[in-house]
Amino acid sequence: MPNQVLVLFAHPSQHRSEVNRPLARATEALDGVTMIDLYAEYPDFRIDIDREQQRLREHDIVVFMFPLYWYSTPSILKEWQDLVLEYGFAYGHDGTELRGKLLLCAVTAGGLEDAYRHQGYNHYSIRELLRPIEQTAMLCGMTYLPPYALFGSRTALEDGRVQAHIDGWVRIVEDLVAGRCNIASLADADKLNECYPDGATA
Amino acid sequence: MTEYFIQAFIYLCAAVIAVPLAKRFGLGSVLGYLIAGVIIGPVVGLVGEETDTLQRFAEFGVVMMLFLIGLQLEPRTLWSMRSRLVGLGGLQGGVTIVALMGAAMLFGLDWRLALTIGMILLLSSTAIVLQTLEEKGLTGTEGGRSSFAVLLFQDIIVIPMLALIPLLELPELARQARDLSAQAADATGSIDLVSGLPNWVYALLMLAAIASVVFGGHYLSRPLFRFVALSGLREVFTATALMLVIGIAALMSLVGLSPALGAFMAGVVLANSEFRHELMTNIEPFKGLLLGLFFITVGAGINFGLLAANWWLVALITVGFIALKAGLTYLLARLFGIYSRDRWLLTLSLAPAGEFGFVLISFSQQNNAMPAAIADLLSLVVAISMLLTPALFIFFDRVLVPRFGAGQAQREQDQIDERGRVIIAGIGRFGQIVNRLLVANGVETVVLDYDAKQVDNLRRLNIKSYFGDATRPDLLETAGINQAELFVIAIDDRERAVELVEYMHQRYPQVDLLARAYDQLHYYQLKQAGADHIIKETYLAALELGREALTRLGHHPFRATQLKRTFIELENQMAEDMYQSWVASTEEGMGPGYRELFMQQEAVMREAMQADRGDRHSVSERGWNPPPKGYADQLVDPEALPEER
Repeated sequence: MPNQVLVLFAHPSQHRSEVNRPLARATEALDGVTMIDLYAEYPDFRIDIDREQQRLREHDIVVFMFPLYWYSTPSILKEWQDLVLEYGFAYGHDGTELRGKLLLCAVTAGGLEDAYRHQGYNHYSIRELLRPIEQTAMLCGMTYLPPYALFGSRTALEDGRVQAHIDGWVRIVEDLVAGRCNIASLADADKLNECYPDGATA
Repeated sequence: MTEYFIQAFIYLCAAVIAVPLAKRFGLGSVLGYLIAGVIIGPVVGLVGEETDTLQRFAEFGVVMMLFLIGLQLEPRTLWSMRSRLVGLGGLQGGVTIVALMGAAMLFGLDWRLALTIGMILLLSSTAIVLQTLEEKGLTGTEGGRSSFAVLLFQDIIVIPMLALIPLLELPELARQARDLSAQAADATGSIDLVSGLPNWVYALLMLAAIASVVFGGHYLSRPLFRFVALSGLREVFTATALMLVIGIAALMSLVGLSPALGAFMAGVVLANSEFRHELMTNIEPFKGLLLGLFFITVGAGINFGLLAANWWLVALITVGFIALKAGLTYLLARLFGIYSRDRWLLTLSLAPAGEFGFVLISFSQQNNAMPAAIADLLSLVVAISMLLTPALFIFFDRVLVPRFGAGQAQREQDQIDERGRVIIAGIGRFGQIVNRLLVANGVETVVLDYDAKQVDNLRRLNIKSYFGDATRPDLLETAGINQAELFVIAIDDRERAVELVEYMHQRYPQVDLLARAYDQLHYYQLKQAGADHIIKETYLAALELGREALTRLGHHPFRATQLKRTFIELENQMAEDMYQSWVASTEEGMGPGYRELFMQQEAVMREAMQADRGDRHSVSERGWNPPPKGYADQLVDPEALPEER
């Protein structure tokens, strides 16, 4: 039985997107993937909690796909966490619905990778900056995987880096669906990109 | 009298049978009429000598066609396609005419006659090509748009051609004609204002006639149309439209100018008028019938004896000129950056000759610019090349498209060839706001209203609107319903709105119907009629006022907004049940079902909205519930728990 992947895609200005939109399209086309465009489904932020919880129940792997906004998710994805990850559903007494599922982020960042280091102007690595999501996953009993990240996203198209980024991501998702990933070997990396150097498969 | 009835019946009968059949086989209506003519004329021999007289009469369809073409030519549209129109159209026209003329002279023809033939064969078939492009959904492609521009250019240069041909009269034909007419003139004595006047008076008269068409079209026609529109009598409006076109034709003939030219100018002058669509709707059927009649007479006039005797010559000329035109167009397309599939589409759609060819042939014959023998031969060539047009499109579909298919697929992403168009029926206080939002975002809208005063006011505010009754099917067609993606119904008359939705839903199921409902009952009626999305005109505004009231009563503004949203969501959940019970109650006569359900649901709503805030299923406050007090003491690290799997 292949794993079912739920991708929660959050991008508030898709008409200007150069990386996330093609990335989302390529992901959507894969077997075993359910793609949810949160801004399209809830343009006025009235998230349907029951529907979202049901979706979580029906999937094994949850992906947050978003461009980094102020070192965090776009606001609708935070709204989604605030509303959907309820006490008694995701955590707390009887809140065991998410236990054992996998959570990971696919992010794009405007800054160069050099900035996301202790010596760089952003001072923290991308994995460190996404700690609130990591801890959320932990409190819900989920397994957290390091983020799959693209840096310098504003010039990625001009530099011709978009396709390689998409190809790498497609391999990861295919492996996740097929259950071919060695989760333990991935868990400690700073980024998933490291575990998937160009052309290699785990 | 009986004779006329029988003849009219034969013509109509042929058209009624042949045209739908031709369309079904993908040949288009023009070919249908031609074939109908061929059958009742040369094949069966039902009609004979009267075709010539009829053809004169039917040529008035061409005048109407040019009036309609003029109406469609808004100066702004023209400007936006100037490079293709003048550049591609002009170059293709010039080069092709010269090449065809040269070829004709190689056959030993007089240069004047050769030039006339060049012009005749240059003109491609607007009717067949545009119709085929639309049927195949190619209008928005590069090739389709370029074809349209060139065809439009050709439609326009027909006017100078009509002016030029009389100057190309052949000396010996002119002499014969003068001898003939000298004998006939005493007998008939035609009405002509200008004969016998000095040249400068004649020139002044012509200028005055043109000026009066432009001036009258611009300043006098609108008050007249408004006056007629206010009377609300449809047939009088039709009469006015006909009067306009016929009047112009008469004026132009009186001063010895081409009626087609006058009608075209009047059309351009009126292209910006709010009555444009209504005029098009009224003239269109007359134009269609008269042009149809014209094509039938052309078909009936085809000389099969001639074809049998000269079949190799006809075939040679037809194939030769198509190849010549195609080759030149193919080369020129490159200069304008049109490649692969689009280049072939342009080439093949422009290569054959068109309906204007017949017009010019009979016109040049009347003006002594072409001897009858050549005119007959050329009519055959034009007719056969038109018969070949569908074959060329089939060749494009079957042979060329598969070859270029792969290249097209790669470019498919993000490229939207044509912006969706929206028609808004009713431009009162509701439709106006819808229109403003759309127009502000660059959406092309066509706005229709039957209130001439309202249209007038909006035009003063620079809102493009047209006078016309949106519930009239033919008006919808001229407004472009076939290309529209969306249709917004915001007319005040409730019953007419429902009828309109019903009609649209059956006739144009591909168009999304967005309707404005007056109240709940109207909402149900529109839904039943098949509207895709309905907004009750007062609902959202009233809820907004209610939200404001809640805030002023002391609710936190965010909470008041949430309560409002919850109210809407609860209503949406119950809407389907309510609708079904309304349907049931209307079918069984006013049963108690609907009212009962309404009361019951009001109770559900009350209960849901006022549910205890601590309750996990409190509808209005779901989600920002804090976890229960003291929960933190019980939280454990799930990683410390034993694996469940």
